[in-house]
Order: sequence, then C-alpha cells, then structure tokens
Amino acid sequence: MNFAETILDYSVDIALVILSITFLITIVRIVRGPTLPDRILGLDMLVAAAIGFIAVIGIKTGYILYIDIAIALGLVGFLATVAFARFVLSRGKTEDDILREARDTAQMARKKENMERKRVARAIKREKRLER
Amino acid sequence: MSDVLTLLSAAFVLIGAFFALVASIGLLRLPDLYSRMHAASKAGTMGSGLMLIALAIHAGDSGVFARALAGVVFFLLTAPISAHLLAKAAYAVGYRLGPSAVRDEMPEPNADKRDD
Repeated sequence: MNFAETILDYSVDIALVILSITFLITIVRIVRGPTLPDRILGLDMLVAAAIGFIAVIGIKTGYILYIDIAIALGLVGFLATVAFARFVLSRGKTEDDILREARDTAQMARKKENMERKRVARAIKREKRLER
Repeated sequence: MSDVLTLLSAAFVLIGAFFALVASIGLLRLPDLYSRMHAASKAGTMGSGLMLIALAIHAGDSGVFARALAGVVFFLLTAPISAHLLAKAAYAVGYRLGPSAVRDEMPEPNADKRDD
C-alpha cells in the first residue's frame, strides 16, 4: 500500500465520522421541529447526507454498484419531498392555526356545558317550587 | 497518475463531507424555515455530489463515471425544485419569516387564489 492509498483510507474514515455527526445534527433538527416544513427539510437533508454516506461506503468497500443505490435513493428522496410539500399545501393550515382551532373548540364546549348546567339547575328549582 | 487520482478522490471525499457538515450546522442554527432551506438545499447537494464524483474517480471506469455524473446532474436539477416547492407551499399556507427577517417581499400570499 503506497502513500496515496493510505491518505485515501484516512480521509474515508474521517469523512465517515463527519457524516455521522451530520446525521446527528440533522436528527436534532427533525426532533426539535418546530414546524412540519422544518421536519420535511430535515428529512431532505438526511437523504442528501445518506447519498454521500453511501458513496463513501462504496469507496471504502470497493463495491462500485453502490452508486446505483445512491441514485435510486436520490430519486425516492425527491419524490418524498415533493409529496410532503403537496401535503403541506393541501393541509392548508399552520401549527398555530391548529392550536387556535383547538382552543376555540374547547372554549365553545366549555360555554355550552355551562349553559347546560344552568338550565338543569333552573329545571330543578322549578320542580322544587311545583312540589311545594 | 493513479496516485494523483487517488489523492484527488480523497480530497473530494473530505470536501464533500465538510460541505454536508456545514449544511447540517446551518440547518440547526439558522433562525427560520426559509434560511434553513437555503443552507440545506445548496450545501447539502454540493456535499453529496462531490462524494459521488469521488467514488467515480476512485472507480476509474467510464461507465461508472457517466452514472455518477448523471446522478450529480439529477441532484443539481431536483434539489432547487423540491426546495422551491416546499418554500412555496409553506408560504402559501401561512408560515411566516422569522423575527430577525428584515423584509418580506411577498406580503400577500393569496392563499385562496392559488392554482393547483
């Protein structure tokens, strides 16, 4: 093994470490959110990093066939991102909208419950008066 | 000659991994969706493309080189499309710029008039 191949071996190992750190940081962003498009973007970035990882593994092991897997993964990642973007568009509301809707619904339910309770109390009072 | 190609491949692997790392740091640290998108879709594509080219150089085969080049061109074509679609969808739905943004040049999203 000559000098250049030793350098290549070392740089492949360093690249694998760097790519693992990349995966970790991207997953931190996916878990943290805070919104759905942020997570979709994180998944897109994860696919890009995985393509690079597969290429580096191909250099390390010498199996050239890995390049086809990388291209196929890129295709799938593109389609997934497009589909997620369509989903964001068709859902049509942000996380803030969903929260506000839930809060409004809860308030309405509470109001209705209060009115119901008052009505029941009034009915009981009327019944008692009729008994007397 | 073979040594030079091996060294070139090593350099491409390292530079590509560095670009991917920078993209992920940008994804973590930038303030809102749109600036994160700019980090991920540019530097991320650059990183994976460089590593694919490194694999092609290492293989030293014209068929593999053609496939790697096709893959890189494909990523270069699709990354802006997917980022643009995602940004457009997010903006139309109502995700706004972060608090540190200076100016929003698309103030009226026209959410009910979009043509899809």
